[in-house]
Amino acid sequence: MVDGVEDEEKWLAAGIAGLQQNAFYMHRALDSNNLRDALKYSAQMLSELRTSKLSPQKYYQLYMRAFDELRKLEMFFKEETRRGCSIIDLYELVQHAGNILPRLYLLCTVGSVYIKSKEAPAKDVLKDLVEMCRGIQHPVRGLFLRSYLSQISRDKLPDIGSECYTACESFILLADPELRLAVGLSGLQGPAREKDKREKERSELRDLVGKNLHVLSQIEGVDLDMYKETVLPRVLEQVVNCKDEIAQCYLMDCIIQVFPDEYHLQTLEILLGAFPQLQPSVDIKTVLSRLMERLSNYAASSTEVLPEFLQVEAFSKLNNAIGKVIEAQADMPILGAVTLYSSLLTFTLHVHPDRLDYADQVLGACVKKLSGEGKLEDNRATKQIVALLSAPLDKYNDIVTVLKLSNYPSVMEYVDSETNKVMAMVIIQSIMKNNTQISTADKVGALFELIKGLIRDLDGAAHDQVDEDDFKEEQNSVARLIQMLQNDDTEEMFKIICTVRKHILTGGPKRLPFTVPPLVFSSLKLVRQLQGPEENPFGEEGSTTPKKVFQLLNQTIETLYGVPAPELALRLYLQCAEAANDSDLEPVAYEFFTQAYILYEEEISDSRAQVTAIHLIIGTLQRMHVFGVENRDTLTHKATGYSAKLLKKPDQCRAVYACSHLFWVDDQDNMKDGERVLLCLKRALRIANAAQQMSNATRGSTGSVTLFVEILNKYLYFFEKGNTQINAAAIQSLIELITAEMQSESNSPDPAADAFFASTLRYIQFQKQKGGAVGEKYEPIKV
Amino acid sequence: MVLVLAIGDLHIPHRASDLPQKFKSMLVPGKIQHIICTGNLSIKEVHDYLKSLCPDLHVTRGEYDEDSRYPETKTLTIGQFKLGICHGHQVIPWGDLDSLAMLQRQLDVDILVTGHTHQFKAYKHEGGVVINPGSATGAYSSFTFDVNPSFVLMDIDGLRVVVYVYELIDGEVKVDKIDFKKTATTRLAH
Repeated sequence: MVDGVEDEEKWLAAGIAGLQQNAFYMHRALDSNNLRDALKYSAQMLSELRTSKLSPQKYYQLYMRAFDELRKLEMFFKEETRRGCSIIDLYELVQHAGNILPRLYLLCTVGSVYIKSKEAPAKDVLKDLVEMCRGIQHPVRGLFLRSYLSQISRDKLPDIGSECYTACESFILLADPELRLAVGLSGLQGPAREKDKREKERSELRDLVGKNLHVLSQIEGVDLDMYKETVLPRVLEQVVNCKDEIAQCYLMDCIIQVFPDEYHLQTLEILLGAFPQLQPSVDIKTVLSRLMERLSNYAASSTEVLPEFLQVEAFSKLNNAIGKVIEAQADMPILGAVTLYSSLLTFTLHVHPDRLDYADQVLGACVKKLSGEGKLEDNRATKQIVALLSAPLDKYNDIVTVLKLSNYPSVMEYVDSETNKVMAMVIIQSIMKNNTQISTADKVGALFELIKGLIRDLDGAAHDQVDEDDFKEEQNSVARLIQMLQNDDTEEMFKIICTVRKHILTGGPKRLPFTVPPLVFSSLKLVRQLQGPEENPFGEEGSTTPKKVFQLLNQTIETLYGVPAPELALRLYLQCAEAANDSDLEPVAYEFFTQAYILYEEEISDSRAQVTAIHLIIGTLQRMHVFGVENRDTLTHKATGYSAKLLKKPDQCRAVYACSHLFWVDDQDNMKDGERVLLCLKRALRIANAAQQMSNATRGSTGSVTLFVEILNKYLYFFEKGNTQINAAAIQSLIELITAEMQSESNSPDPAADAFFASTLRYIQFQKQKGGAVGEKYEPIKV
Repeated sequence: MVLVLAIGDLHIPHRASDLPQKFKSMLVPGKIQHIICTGNLSIKEVHDYLKSLCPDLHVTRGEYDEDSRYPETKTLTIGQFKLGICHGHQVIPWGDLDSLAMLQRQLDVDILVTGHTHQFKAYKHEGGVVINPGSATGAYSSFTFDVNPSFVLMDIDGLRVVVYVYELIDGEVKVDKIDFKKTATTRLAH
């Protein structure tokens, strides 16, 4: 092959040299007005074009040089005719050229001058020339000759009609069946080495043909009617007849790219009619997709063109065409079919955005095709389906509109669970980005059905291969989605909550910790709404009441036991208790507390978790006002019990003094039990003491006095609030105790505790200096 | 001039899906020098988002935080001020200013930033300032029916701190500011 290329270079060089030499002599002859000699040399020059040794690309280089020279010759001929030499004579003269190819080139050159002179009808002249050119059978040589003819006649013709005719003809000749056959066949025969060469030739010829087609499209005279009546039908005829799949594909593509979109719209039927006639192996889907893409962009370019689409019934024509193609090519891989439908859907969305029924039709046809296939295996096909499903989402930016496409969920049925998850995430992203309101239980249900890949384990899904981070991200997305479901109508909102609950409960223990909390808080928000001033506190018969919601909540939080997620459940129970408190539902609140306590006792054994849990319990209980004395006592008693039984002494101490607040609620006078408060604080002191002793025993030094300072602060708190059981003397002795401890030898210094004590003393000082009632109160305390 | 963002109780995704869009467009990386977060983010994505706004991020543990390794309390010094952070569910009664003042004395800080109640507060007492930036997403809270999304930006300049509170009320961002000055003897004055 390398030899071949080198040889070609040599031959081309030789050809150019020969051409240039003869051109030189030709010019000399022309300068001395020697017509005969000029013709002789020009014929010799053109003989170089008789070579068969060059590839089309190389031949082209040779041809271009000849072309340039021939233009000069043409000018000379023009001069001659002006000087009185007749065209007929010229014609006569050039016939003397020995070989047919040079002869024909010269005839064409004269012919073009003839046409310009208008001495004969251009059409007739052309017809003759065209007829004669048919004589050249060799593909490359014939092609260039015809190209020459069309090039030189193009700008000569005054008559628009003929111009088109000739251009048309020239193209058609280029696509001449015999010619194409020659090209096509030559690709099939010959040894393998030659085959590559032939392929290359073919592609170069194709480019040339494409260029000619382009020329055709540029002609001003080819208006829509001409295109519709003449150009397109004949071009298509040739394309179909050539029966060469590569050529067909390329030519169809050419036609689509080269002619304007308005033309395509108006000739849609004709164009589409050609597709089923093409060779079965032609990649129709790509060509069709490109056509639809062009038309989509055309539609998107301006709204004024849209009526045109309606007028030509573009959609139904395309739909039918695609249907026929898919039917005809029954073994088309699913990827092809989906790509086609994807392009058609994009087209429909651009051109007929308000016609959901069209989009639905496309999806329906796709479903039909998919139903014959079963679950998809092909990766690219699933990617196409994701593209197909994302298109309406991108267009309408509203899942609610998309859900109106009845076939949309059906398409989702055919993807595997991985793709379902991908699509589900796309949908959730769209909802969050566009802040879409999904406000009825039906829509919510439909949505959750659609994204079921995220909601539960689908059959046959590979459960163990899920990446943990991905899983978390997915479930958090579902949680965020739940936040977006909202309706101000409480009845509808309750239905929504029930619908969501139904779906998330199918998720299994892995998913519940992610999906239950958002549902719980959504429900608590609903309870708030039901408590609102406009709401009838007794409700109508059978309508949603806070009680009903709490029942639902109880049953929902229970499901966390199976995960197990006791800490989360405890927190949620306490939140519900507070909400029940606000709704004045004492038994409901008590029930929630009971559940929380049981969880604490039975399920939460980690020390750190217990500390947090007990603080949450105390903090919540402290705020409850709905409990009667008995219930409150029971719960308080339990809470203080738990506090005293925490593992580490400091934790015990802190929890116990926190419990002191359970006996003193600022805004309820009957809730101020000074004695019990003091009892708690004293108990905390005892624990702090015990902690010191333990420390002394095990480490040889007493620990930090921090706990004492904390308790001192609590003393001050209740002292200020007016707890009569706490007097200045008690505070004084505590201060002295701390001071003594700090100065004692066995005490290990703790700067933090020192600072704390110092700022506490500063506070006391500040209060003393306040004057008035506060100052008086603090007066007896010496710091 | 040092800008400190105080933010917390976002409760994403349990109680809110995202920060309000208006807040997001205001919180741009590179403008803030420190972020103080009271807790209850609650997932890693929120942590990463805050980190992207400013690498110097301090978070304390809220009871719903996915990451249990956040500390219960934290103290740091910015300029002339000592700041303390604590989520607040540990301080009982919740939201009680006197109890919070006790924590402030214990941590020995000028400014205590705390959360849990989802209600913005900026309170000055003899020992210093207590700031609650509220909930940045307006998340559900048992403390109050109407939670407006809010956060706080502190501008610390020498001995003075200006507290800007941003609240989203009826779709509009409203800004308020409070001045606090610290005397050289390290006590905070109004």
